[in-house]
Amino acid sequence: MAKNWWKIACVLILLYVIIGGFSVKVPSIGNNQQAARSIFFHLPMWMCMYTLLAISVVNSVWYLATNDLRRDIRASSAGSIGVLFGMMGFATGMLWSTYTWGGTIVNDPKQMTTAIALTIYMAYLVLRLSFTDLDKRARVSAIFNVFAFALLIPLTYIIPRMVESLHPGSATSPGFSSQDTAGTIKMVLWPAFLGWTLLGIWIYTLRNRYKRLVLKNILHG
Amino acid sequence: MLEWRQRHALFGILLYVFSTVFVINLMVKEPEDKMWNAMFWVVQLFVCVNAVAKSFLQESRGRLLYFYSLVHPRYFIAAKLIYNVLLMTLFSVVTLVCCILFLGNPLTHGLYFLGVVLLGGISLSLLFTMLAAIAAQASQNAALMAIMGFPLIMPILMLLNNISQSAFAPVVQPGLAGMFLLLGGMDVLVIALALILFPFLWKE
Repeated sequence: MAKNWWKIACVLILLYVIIGGFSVKVPSIGNNQQAARSIFFHLPMWMCMYTLLAISVVNSVWYLATNDLRRDIRASSAGSIGVLFGMMGFATGMLWSTYTWGGTIVNDPKQMTTAIALTIYMAYLVLRLSFTDLDKRARVSAIFNVFAFALLIPLTYIIPRMVESLHPGSATSPGFSSQDTAGTIKMVLWPAFLGWTLLGIWIYTLRNRYKRLVLKNILHG
Repeated sequence: MLEWRQRHALFGILLYVFSTVFVINLMVKEPEDKMWNAMFWVVQLFVCVNAVAKSFLQESRGRLLYFYSLVHPRYFIAAKLIYNVLLMTLFSVVTLVCCILFLGNPLTHGLYFLGVVLLGGISLSLLFTMLAAIAAQASQNAALMAIMGFPLIMPILMLLNNISQSAFAPVVQPGLAGMFLLLGGMDVLVIALALILFPFLWKE
């Protein structure tokens, strides 16, 4: 029980975020109107994805240093859950843009680059499937993972900031924080980051444990 | 030098460039600027996949082992990178000449475009060399190369496409320097990662 306090905290925070996210008074920004509430669900997905993919790449590097297969398991579980959250972030973004920009896929650079980054990570998952030898799979996919992470950061973080984008916080459009005078968005958004990230880590630990059992089965009959 | 003995591969790719461009010529005659640009980079991409992929996939296991006993993996990958860059530079120029011959010449800044093409060829070959090295480890390597390569190459192609757009119009695009910097940064990144990671790939 003592070790599980953060799971309870995660559930409580998410309850607060969901209830608060739909009931708190949001300022009307541009043509966002009430759709601005999507921010409580859209942004944290990316935070969670970054966290998980960072865990993944750290474990990959760690694997290359130690050749410990458990590190590879960690990297792969974090990678797949990270992709899951990335896809959910993309889906919530599409939902939001339907009502704000008038289309699921508009010609927005951030959307494009994110789609590419997600494809790269899906390629990572496909690459993992194409090996039968465990050690070889671990080694090669760890190397590819480092590549993927090295491209993820410029793709989703640096390029969109340089070019014009419909997304807030790009070269031409200001972020939401300057218009959030009452601070209501911040009040829900920061717990939302924490809550969703904790949820992601929770799912990741579950998957990690399951995969470890599978590995144990393979190694010890 | 070794590659000269497998001359058929080299000439095969030359023929490949020629026939691809010729097919485009038959299909669309003289495309407009944007189309021309897009076509050019797609041809470039496929040439690169074909030319560079061979550098690892064609080597037999025994020969790789021989190289392994001979040199440090870091020197080996460095040699491969340099060789592929030179190869791709050559093919880039060939592709450009073919395109201009068959598809007309819509360029207003020819030299600028040539520079971009060389830079693009270098970027593509660097990335694909490393990918070929990874794919060579897997079993179904040719298909894997496409699966891994295309998402990774997309940002570079997008950048190249944007940069080369300015070769068609006399106006100067804003943010050009930034894009060049980004492209150069990516090249440096790929080289650094290749040098660091390749020794791990060779541990067998």
